[in-house]
Amino acid sequence: MASALVRLNSIPKHNLSAITPVIANQIRGNTTQPPKATPPPPQPGTPPAQTKTKFGGLADQDRIFTNLYGKHDWRLKGAQKRGDWYKTKEILLKGPEWIQNEVKTSGLRGRGGAGFPTGMKWSFMNKPSDGRPRYLVVNADEGEPGTCKDRDIMRHDPHKLIEGCLIAGRAMGACAAYIYIRGEFYNEASATQVAINEAYQAGLIGKNACGSGYDFDVYIQRGAGAYICGEETALIESIEGKQGKPRLKPPFPADVGVFGCPTTVNNVETIAVAPTICRRGGAWFASFGRTRNSGTKLFNISGHVNNPCTVEEEMSIPLKELIEKHAGGVRGGWDNLLGIIPGGSSTPVIPKKVCEEAIMDFDGLIAVQTSLGTAAIIVMDKSTDIIKAISRLIMFYKHESCGQCTPCREGIGWMNKIMHRFVTGNAEPAEIDMLWEISKQIEGHTICALADGAAWPVQGLIRHFRPEIEARMKKYAEMANK
Amino acid sequence: MFRVPLAKAISLGSPKRVANIAVRASASAASTPAKAPERIEVFVDDIPVQVLPGTTVLQAAAMVGVEIPRFCYHERLAVAGNCRMCLVEVEKSPKPVAACAMPVMKGWRIKTNSDLTKKAREGVMEFLLMNHPLDCPICDQGGECDLQDQAMAFGSDRSRFTDINFTGKRAVEDKDIGPLVKTIMTRCIHCTRCIRFASEIAGVDDLGTTGRGNDMQVGTYVEKLFLTELSGNVIDLCPVGALTNKPYSFVARPWEIRKIDSIDVMDAIGSNIIVSTRTGEVLRILPRENEEVNEEWLADKGRFACDGLKRQRLIAPMLRTPSGELQAVEWESTLIAVAKAVRKAPKGSVVAIAGSMADVEAMVATKDLLNRIGSEIVCTEQSLPTQGSGSDLRSNYLLNSSIQALEEADVVLLVGTNPRYEAPLLNTRLRKSYVHNELELALIGPKVDLSYKYQHLGDGAELINQISTGTHPFAQKLKNAKKPAIILGSEMLARPDGAGILATLQSFANKISKPEWNAFNVLHQNASQVGALDVGYRPGVETALKAQPKVVFLLGADAGIVTREKLPKDCFVVYIGHHGDAGATIADAVLPGAAYTEKQATYVNTEGRSQQTLCAVNPPGLAREDWKIIRALSEVVGEPLPYDTLDELRERVEDIAPHLVQHGKLETNSFATLAEQLAKDKKIDNSKITVRQQTLKDYFMTDPISRASPTMAKCIAAVKKQEAKAH
Repeated sequence: MASALVRLNSIPKHNLSAITPVIANQIRGNTTQPPKATPPPPQPGTPPAQTKTKFGGLADQDRIFTNLYGKHDWRLKGAQKRGDWYKTKEILLKGPEWIQNEVKTSGLRGRGGAGFPTGMKWSFMNKPSDGRPRYLVVNADEGEPGTCKDRDIMRHDPHKLIEGCLIAGRAMGACAAYIYIRGEFYNEASATQVAINEAYQAGLIGKNACGSGYDFDVYIQRGAGAYICGEETALIESIEGKQGKPRLKPPFPADVGVFGCPTTVNNVETIAVAPTICRRGGAWFASFGRTRNSGTKLFNISGHVNNPCTVEEEMSIPLKELIEKHAGGVRGGWDNLLGIIPGGSSTPVIPKKVCEEAIMDFDGLIAVQTSLGTAAIIVMDKSTDIIKAISRLIMFYKHESCGQCTPCREGIGWMNKIMHRFVTGNAEPAEIDMLWEISKQIEGHTICALADGAAWPVQGLIRHFRPEIEARMKKYAEMANK
Repeated sequence: MFRVPLAKAISLGSPKRVANIAVRASASAASTPAKAPERIEVFVDDIPVQVLPGTTVLQAAAMVGVEIPRFCYHERLAVAGNCRMCLVEVEKSPKPVAACAMPVMKGWRIKTNSDLTKKAREGVMEFLLMNHPLDCPICDQGGECDLQDQAMAFGSDRSRFTDINFTGKRAVEDKDIGPLVKTIMTRCIHCTRCIRFASEIAGVDDLGTTGRGNDMQVGTYVEKLFLTELSGNVIDLCPVGALTNKPYSFVARPWEIRKIDSIDVMDAIGSNIIVSTRTGEVLRILPRENEEVNEEWLADKGRFACDGLKRQRLIAPMLRTPSGELQAVEWESTLIAVAKAVRKAPKGSVVAIAGSMADVEAMVATKDLLNRIGSEIVCTEQSLPTQGSGSDLRSNYLLNSSIQALEEADVVLLVGTNPRYEAPLLNTRLRKSYVHNELELALIGPKVDLSYKYQHLGDGAELINQISTGTHPFAQKLKNAKKPAIILGSEMLARPDGAGILATLQSFANKISKPEWNAFNVLHQNASQVGALDVGYRPGVETALKAQPKVVFLLGADAGIVTREKLPKDCFVVYIGHHGDAGATIADAVLPGAAYTEKQATYVNTEGRSQQTLCAVNPPGLAREDWKIIRALSEVVGEPLPYDTLDELRERVEDIAPHLVQHGKLETNSFATLAEQLAKDKKIDNSKITVRQQTLKDYFMTDPISRASPTMAKCIAAVKKQEAKAH
């Protein structure tokens, strides 16, 4: 589950303050702009203040993923031609502190959905060693419906990922990286394995990686196709060979992770951008996007657009501009738009009116009661049966629930039953409120965030498309009475 | 299953240890003087409480007497945290936290009764009941069901599960996991307590989950028997009616039955039990919590063999007719016949042999009677060495370390014993220590499955010498250990070279014992044994047989050690006991006694703890309490015993051994070094060491009650069937 969720679970309590505004907005469900950040005291690792006011239109020289479409050679030679593995040794030799600082300066936030500040996450590994090895785990279990960014990185730019593993591993003192690749991604796993082999042969990883004196191994672990294994602790369990069921936190993976050792789990994209950040500087990365939402990002645009695509764009680009510019606009014109799921299937849908002013970054989408998630934009035009569409998503979550926690196991099944009836309209209007309450009863009551991800689409549907649901019930009742 | 290594990792690695064992764990951690960790203050419903770091919210709440509802949490099992019933609000936390798993932080304000908490509970309860069948009227758990109780206390007062009219509830196929545990899997709420019990306590990974989400099922994957001697405990653990007692199914309701505290006599552990009865019938047996003995578990024989109490019973006094048949007669004529034989017998030719379930009171009364008629020979069926100090010193025959303290042992050597079947609840202690304290174990004897890993040293008796002389590498480990223990099976002591084994191991144990820690332990199998030795019975029947007895009293001696062939032709055999088993078959007179559920009687367990059973039902038919039979007989013999009530008899018992009437207290001893000086013979022949109970099918029938039990017979059949299967 490269899930599009603010996983409060994954954040140690004492670090909650870092994203408190995010949570506060979410809890209040408010529509106001996020509180203005007070000017931070200048200290290392602080992103420079953003002065731009217009975002979008990323220039070609600022792209990180230069072989996103696989038009060039993805193997080591080609990758090196595009700048990968350039002065990696020098970066490694600058030491963990420098790398962490650079990532902190860049303002990079996790690209897997939760948007946790990456530099801070890495710094949780700074504790003095107690003799246990440390591990970096790369979450390549990209299963969120609508999301297809990591697979493009892995098949067309695998060396970015592997170099990222090395640099991130160095930053946290890890001895090895496990790349957990979704079972269905056969070609991606093959390409990544080929790239790993090439890197080993070239001495870039393994003993004395890049000649830096630092030993680092990279392993691939393939999953068996469970969405839940994208949740970081379930992923850890799965790597250990157990059923992919999320663990209780605390202890957090930074204390007790894979094989009982300190571990950091990062998304593929997060890791893959790290080398470029280190080469071009955190300030360069921070120059894109609004404050606290900096950087470039891979956007997946799918659904009813003329040209579905994956594209690297600047953060904070307006949603409408993104679709018009890169995806050739909505099928049948912007006015034919019904709604958009902006961050992968688990984020709430927003209707056309909201889409017009939505800004594609973490804060911008929270302001409209949805979430950036993995930035997988699912566009639905007016031909869509929105109730059926959401019902289908709930069916997916019902199928993918691990079955551990009661609210998720029982609750999502129930929501699925209700949604199924909503599709035909075979229900009472009062059940809409009941469904809303059930979704609230599920949200935040489970070990992991899968249940939240199942509750939000339903909430989005009820929030914005309640008249449609009621109309269908009315129609059904009329038909039944005839 | 999936939590153990994690828990282990936490205890090893993280300084912020998540106390996932129990309040007890943190309490015991506090009692160790190492360095008292600083206590932190938290507030439960605004009541301040000082707790140790790592205490969970649930434990902190328990300290101020606030009980948080839970299903999956059990203090003796690892934390799963999946039922979500224990969600409580913590101030400033955006969402409720799982109280069972979340360690408290300084200054937390926990609200166990706030609106958010109540709403969370109500929500979880609604979800649980959504797919739980509302078949309480036909459910055996009804009346003692956690889900029922908590639904009443914390659930909503109405249902809104409208989908009952459309798709209905989930139905799950029942699993056949053996003749003891009945499964109705539709009722399962997936708390995984049974799975955790099986893999953590019992040490069998038979249970697990298959499927995901709503399709998740608890089961054995392929249909198989739940192959453990502790299977009954999952019935107690199951918070709903998914796992119920198969022999007890549809028998009684909890509000109809009387519950009497008692003691289990199927092994020498002396597990504390509750006997449930209705209309003079024992219906089921449940464990009773006793931290020092059985924690809260009970082995299957103690739990399920109770239906043997209704079969093969001796319900009337009987005399053997000249044609060789036993015929039921009146008490009067039986007592007269026995008294006649006793009076006729020359001095010293009357002997008594106590069996595995004889109680202290009956044994004392018998001994008193025999002494009055000039006979000294009273002995037990089970034999122990009598050379040297023999059974004169208690430390020679006790589990000196005590059951509870064996958990603290760090190196244990098992000699000629299979604790898994001889004393299942001692084995769980050893396993617990193996899992949590990295206990190292080795075994001399046949290679058996103990449910944990151990070093198998071999089955030759010469290994004992090698250990004691220190030539064996494991001896060094025992010497270096902080709390070493040697557990000697009682079967070893019955060997011809038992005295040598005892003396050799005892002198070695003395070398490795520490102040306040006696490393030498004997593990008995008979509930009566320690009590018998305490009141002066001689172990072994040899002396009795050598005396060419004219009258033999068998106090429930059913092990088949005494046979007609071994006795003189004209010997008159009197059997006093409750089952028509080996003893009654050879008897000339049968005096029907009471089983352990039918009398108030004292038993001493293998560690020397005296405990008493209480009378749950009346003895069947004309059967009477054993000591009363002896008392009546003494009257007829003409040597009336000076006690008419149990209290008077117990005063007499107190004169012999005061600790025997101190019920529940552990009476220890420290004459270990003296015993060693008195021991002379240290010869061990180099024969193979073997034990009777090696696999599960040997476990179920070991005494007259379990041999009479149809449930135990079914168990053996089921195990055999399972063994015949390919997987």
